[in-house]
Amino acid sequence: MNKPIPNSLRNLPDERGRFGEFGGRFVAETLMPLILELEAAYETAKGDPAFQAEFDYYMKHYVGRPSPMWFAERLTKKLGGAKIYFKRDELNHTGAHKINNCIGQILLAKRMGKTRIIAETGAGQHGVATATVAALFGLPCVIYMGAVDVERQQPNVFRMKLLGAEVRPVTSGAATLKDAMNDALRDWVANVRDTFYIIGTAAGPHPYPAMVRDFQSVIGVEARAQMLEAEGRLPDVAVAAIGGGSNAIGLFHPMLDDDVRMIGVEAAGRGLDSGEHAASLSRGRPGVLHGNKTYLLQDADGQILEAHSISAGLDYPGVGPEHSYLHDIGRVEYVAVTDDEALAAFQLCCATEGIIPALEPAHALAYVAKIAPEMAADQIILMNLCGRGDKDIFTVAKHLGERL
Amino acid sequence: MNRIAATFARLKAEGRAGLITFVEAFDPDRATSAALLAGMAARGADIIEIGMPFSDPMADGPTIQLAGRRALHAGATVAGTLDLVREFRAGNDTLPLVLMGYLNPILSYGIERFAADAARFGVDGVIVVDLPTEESDMMLPSLRANRIDLIRLVAPTTSDERLPVVLKESSGFVYYVSITGITGTRTASADDLARDIPRLRRATDLPIAVGFGVRTPEQAAIVAQYADAAVVASALIDRMAAGLDGNGHASPALIGQVLDDVSALAAAMRLEPRVAYASLA
Repeated sequence: MNKPIPNSLRNLPDERGRFGEFGGRFVAETLMPLILELEAAYETAKGDPAFQAEFDYYMKHYVGRPSPMWFAERLTKKLGGAKIYFKRDELNHTGAHKINNCIGQILLAKRMGKTRIIAETGAGQHGVATATVAALFGLPCVIYMGAVDVERQQPNVFRMKLLGAEVRPVTSGAATLKDAMNDALRDWVANVRDTFYIIGTAAGPHPYPAMVRDFQSVIGVEARAQMLEAEGRLPDVAVAAIGGGSNAIGLFHPMLDDDVRMIGVEAAGRGLDSGEHAASLSRGRPGVLHGNKTYLLQDADGQILEAHSISAGLDYPGVGPEHSYLHDIGRVEYVAVTDDEALAAFQLCCATEGIIPALEPAHALAYVAKIAPEMAADQIILMNLCGRGDKDIFTVAKHLGERL
Repeated sequence: MNRIAATFARLKAEGRAGLITFVEAFDPDRATSAALLAGMAARGADIIEIGMPFSDPMADGPTIQLAGRRALHAGATVAGTLDLVREFRAGNDTLPLVLMGYLNPILSYGIERFAADAARFGVDGVIVVDLPTEESDMMLPSLRANRIDLIRLVAPTTSDERLPVVLKESSGFVYYVSITGITGTRTASADDLARDIPRLRRATDLPIAVGFGVRTPEQAAIVAQYADAAVVASALIDRMAAGLDGNGHASPALIGQVLDDVSALAAAMRLEPRVAYASLA
């Protein structure tokens, strides 16, 4: 495994949980002692080989890691440029990268003696992954989900129920992901002593952004080694979709000190200038929400705006603070693709590679399809195929005018 | 001596605890909150907290969440809230006003500009719910330069070891969040307060206000036995929210009912002999 170099970009956050000016711990005093306790517990666990061994065990035997890295040969030929590889995190148990983080956090919850699990979810993927690990470890689990999302994601709601979780529809605000996160935080404040909050993305108060990144870094660590084995070198470009940004930071972080161009793809929804998008880095400005300072979609008075994306997993008005930092220093490029471009890429992936991708990585693929043809045949693109698309077939059918 | 210190000095001289009431700015409209501010001052509130509406109030229960939503719908902004303060101050130069809200609208307004305008318009203290001690260096210098108190929240989860950290740079008063939970839900018992307030007294000389879950004159009277002030917010908003007409407006009669509640609470603060100060101060 490669070690961080001097002046490494991989040594953040600092002791205050800051990535440059971003991150931090912006929570009410009731939660602050809990956040500090969590940070101490995580620091201890991180340095404990037994914890790492336990994490590795579940990664291998339960999640099914390492996930393969696939040379997408037909897609490469079709696009006619750089070689395209997929990191196949859609093959994980529960069908996405979310489970990596949930295993890590529930192992920590267990170490801390917590007896109740809560989580927020948008599309339901993180909710399903959380309900899965709660079932595996026999802990009661409450999932907060916007009432609007409960309506449009019925299959995932049922999955969570089958797994024994209680799904609480959230009706406050716009009844979507950010409101679900608000209500999960409210639950946590009211049940601080026994409850562990499994946040689903690399955002929230410190230590969550660092902790989630560390658990998701299994993606980049594997991909880096797999690429060296397959090609004898690292990729020229790494590409991943950005909602909160956990799959992207998991892929990027182990390669931040390497000479690899990195591109995060946000959701442009109906267009960056339509007012209906989820591109907080492309169109937002720094602010504080959900415990961290980061780029946010907000109005002139600092009120948070609703995000829009065809992909419920990208439909969040903020982004993890490390991405805000990597954006400001220019280490990672952040671009955006529209709902329509993602839909086209979704179909392209099905037809050329026989893989139904989730709409989230379909955004990454849409950008790959833009840059690959302009690159040389001996150049390499590595894309994180972070989730499978079974959950999205109803959404896609509706947009394609098909009735299921 | 600023208005907050002067008020607690007066309360101590009167041998009673103070009543802190709460108005969500622009809920359900500007005129109603202006009328409530003036009316509460006339009916015996000792300090008034003005809630600054935010789209994502993560420490608030349903009552204040909905109040914030009505207020934003009515066009509430940071500038508009400060203008309410300016208008109140034109008629009252003694009653302390404390702004309570979340960080992002203040960041968006600009911290320096916020502190300067708040001071100019007559704000005495600021409570920023999601700005814990560890992050408050971002606001403290500006507030201090403008002689505005940064009032800190202390919770049941704040350990004895942590109390000095939280209280070190506090001024004005200490706001004790008497329950682990969100606003307007559970209520702390007399036993809870008998256990918790002395713990705080040992750590600070500042006056202690108790909030979150104080709803009735009886509960306020219990708080008055232990603390220096009781904060009542959600109960007053609930009274108003339940009586709004079909267009979401508050009639003069409804505002009168809310103010009657304030009178009853103010009377409760004058009922119980102040044993706490004598034994603990």
